[in-house]
Amino acid sequence: MDFSNIDRILDKYDRSPSGIIRILQDVQAELNYLPRDVLKYIASSLSVPLSHVYRIATFYNAFSLVPKGKHMISVCLGTACHVRGAPKVLEKIERELGISPGETTEDLEFSLETVNCLGACALGPIVVVDGEYNGEMNVSKVDELLKKIKQGGEINE
Amino acid sequence: MSKFLSKQDLEEYRKKIINSRDPNKIIIALCGDTGCQAYGANKIADAFRKEIKAKNLQDRVELKITGCHGFCERGPLIVIYPKKIFYQKVSEKDVSEIISESVVNDNVIERLLYVHPETKEPIVKEDEVPFYNRQQKIISGMNSVIDPTNIDDYIAIGGYSALEKALFDMDPDSIIEEVKKANLRGRGGGGFPTGVKWESCKNAPGDIHYVICNADEGDPGAYMDRSLLEGNPHSVLEGMMIGAYAIGSSEGYVYVRNEYPLAVENVNIAIKQAREYGLLGENILGTDFSFDIKVTRGGGAFVCGESTALMASIEGLWGEPRAKHIHTVVSGLYNKPTNLNNVETWANVPLIINKGADWYSKIGTENSKGTKIFSLVGKVNNTGLVEVPMGITLREIIFDIGGGVPNGKKFKAVQTGGPSGGCIPEEYLDTPVDFDRLTELGSMMGSGGMIVMDESTCMVDVARYFLNFLKDESCGKCTTCREGIKRMYEILTDITEGRGKEGDIELLEELGWVVANASLCGLGQTAPNPVLSTIRYFRDEYEAHIKEKRCPAKVCKALIRYEIDQEKCTGCGRCRINCPVEAISGEKKKPHIIDQEKCIKCGICHEVCKFDAVNII
Repeated sequence: MDFSNIDRILDKYDRSPSGIIRILQDVQAELNYLPRDVLKYIASSLSVPLSHVYRIATFYNAFSLVPKGKHMISVCLGTACHVRGAPKVLEKIERELGISPGETTEDLEFSLETVNCLGACALGPIVVVDGEYNGEMNVSKVDELLKKIKQGGEINE
Repeated sequence: MSKFLSKQDLEEYRKKIINSRDPNKIIIALCGDTGCQAYGANKIADAFRKEIKAKNLQDRVELKITGCHGFCERGPLIVIYPKKIFYQKVSEKDVSEIISESVVNDNVIERLLYVHPETKEPIVKEDEVPFYNRQQKIISGMNSVIDPTNIDDYIAIGGYSALEKALFDMDPDSIIEEVKKANLRGRGGGGFPTGVKWESCKNAPGDIHYVICNADEGDPGAYMDRSLLEGNPHSVLEGMMIGAYAIGSSEGYVYVRNEYPLAVENVNIAIKQAREYGLLGENILGTDFSFDIKVTRGGGAFVCGESTALMASIEGLWGEPRAKHIHTVVSGLYNKPTNLNNVETWANVPLIINKGADWYSKIGTENSKGTKIFSLVGKVNNTGLVEVPMGITLREIIFDIGGGVPNGKKFKAVQTGGPSGGCIPEEYLDTPVDFDRLTELGSMMGSGGMIVMDESTCMVDVARYFLNFLKDESCGKCTTCREGIKRMYEILTDITEGRGKEGDIELLEELGWVVANASLCGLGQTAPNPVLSTIRYFRDEYEAHIKEKRCPAKVCKALIRYEIDQEKCTGCGRCRINCPVEAISGEKKKPHIIDQEKCIKCGICHEVCKFDAVNII
């Protein structure tokens, strides 16, 4: 495996063990997840035990040890979204995709996650797809949204 | 840009900016906050840029992308200065008309104005809208005037003059004295007196002292810190600089949630610009004071909002809190004296230094001074950010500013303080809002989330919601928090799913007492609040679930069923087509029925029915 891009990130933070969270954030952003080999490489580069790297990687919600899908669907379950019906929207998406939050579809097309408040409560319930916000969601809008993502994906290809 | 080497350099530069700006130039201030961006503000901005260029109006009008204006419900928002014309729910289609009518000509487009909900009169000016005219926006008011990515805008409105005053006219002790006299209390929720904290940190032995801005705003339903960092980051940085000077610190950190990409971006831009201008770095404004700030992004752990966990996270460790026998002001980040304040607290500092403690302490109540920014969300007509003087009543915030509960529903409770707070029922709506009164009611100020709930909100479900959140976010260090919250959550799940039994309420109370008293940090100590406060005020709802197996708000799935009103049903078939489990049957144009055996209670039929014929029983 080529670790040149990992080296670049490590150098950015002076290969300092205190920069480990920032290093993992950048790796996660670049690779979409934290592969085992990369974590081993980071541990040896920073001269810290692998268990230390794993402890960080599993403590913070931002990190994933498994690959994420091409499209990231984040359903906001903040309090405002909750009282406005976000759980029903989430259930509908779970049913349609056949996965639970934290999981990815087998074809690696979709990953589903829940987030605790994105701070755009006026538009609740909110579903963010690949960084794009979809406000005032309800169960009937979910079909439309999923259709849009699938079509968008095809056009891009 | 050359660095300012003295107070005069900054003052002359300020004059230069102000003189170079034409006061009659029309400014279109478009809210570019995360919320309005979600409504499509970026597309509107592009349309304005194109239109201004196409009509060659660059000299007459300027588009300014600003931070949050506050009235999120009506976004995307624009204000046209100097006349302060307020347009709401603006779309791309309106752009060309706005330019031709309100820029080229001097007309107001009535369609885009806010209509007074009672008088039905359209309102032209921003400050005449009821949502705004009862607020006192001393901290967040500049959000809608300045471009947060342009330090010159901040300097032009007097930015960094408080830093000047602190460095040249005051000494560290007199700054701390002023903050103490103003009685500024921590806006992150704790309400600890800021000046006292600064003094303890300053007096703590050690050659290195740190200051930290806590922007790990994790309370669901609260976004005032995000909007301040997005909309006016320099005010936060200026506050940190003054604090660092008073405490004797040369290194600061902003710990910001990674879920707030725009806030991360804007605060980084602001720091870069401040460095270029010599407002951060060595020998600031030619004095002996040197100070710089780094940004650390959070990793998505709620517990990192707790000060010791946050500091561990900056050090690159897992965010577990530690016992505070020794306070962080004595031994915090890297075991050095560390002063941590929340975003809004820091943003208050320049104002106190500039206007003085006497002016500041006239606002608010006896023990809670100044204003507080709340995010007013949930079942309320005017969702948005509101900044009000301490001491205003909950009723004024929710009904006068917030416009009450939508769809004619009845108000039930307001939840304050996030997962650490509690639910306050209608009978206490006339309580003045300040740190101490909210605590007396079994809730707390918290960082300022205010979630309004109506009759269709189930309080047991809300308590369960918060415990679900907290059980996931507990770091696991203390057994009582890790296991206790989980057990409480299981009991609440049983209650909402029809398995509640006599004695559950008492068991919840007992467990709650143990979790609160035997956990190390604020997360565990306050975790039972959502449960205990709802038991305190809504015990009858708990009892209905347990004894009658009934959810009065008709939320808990296991205790409700959907039925079609045979009188109202027109047989349109919408529900039948949309039902995901084919539980609905019926002939066209004849009343339909739901097969209760098949029904998964997803609620889609209720939502799609246009004739209000699907009842929840």
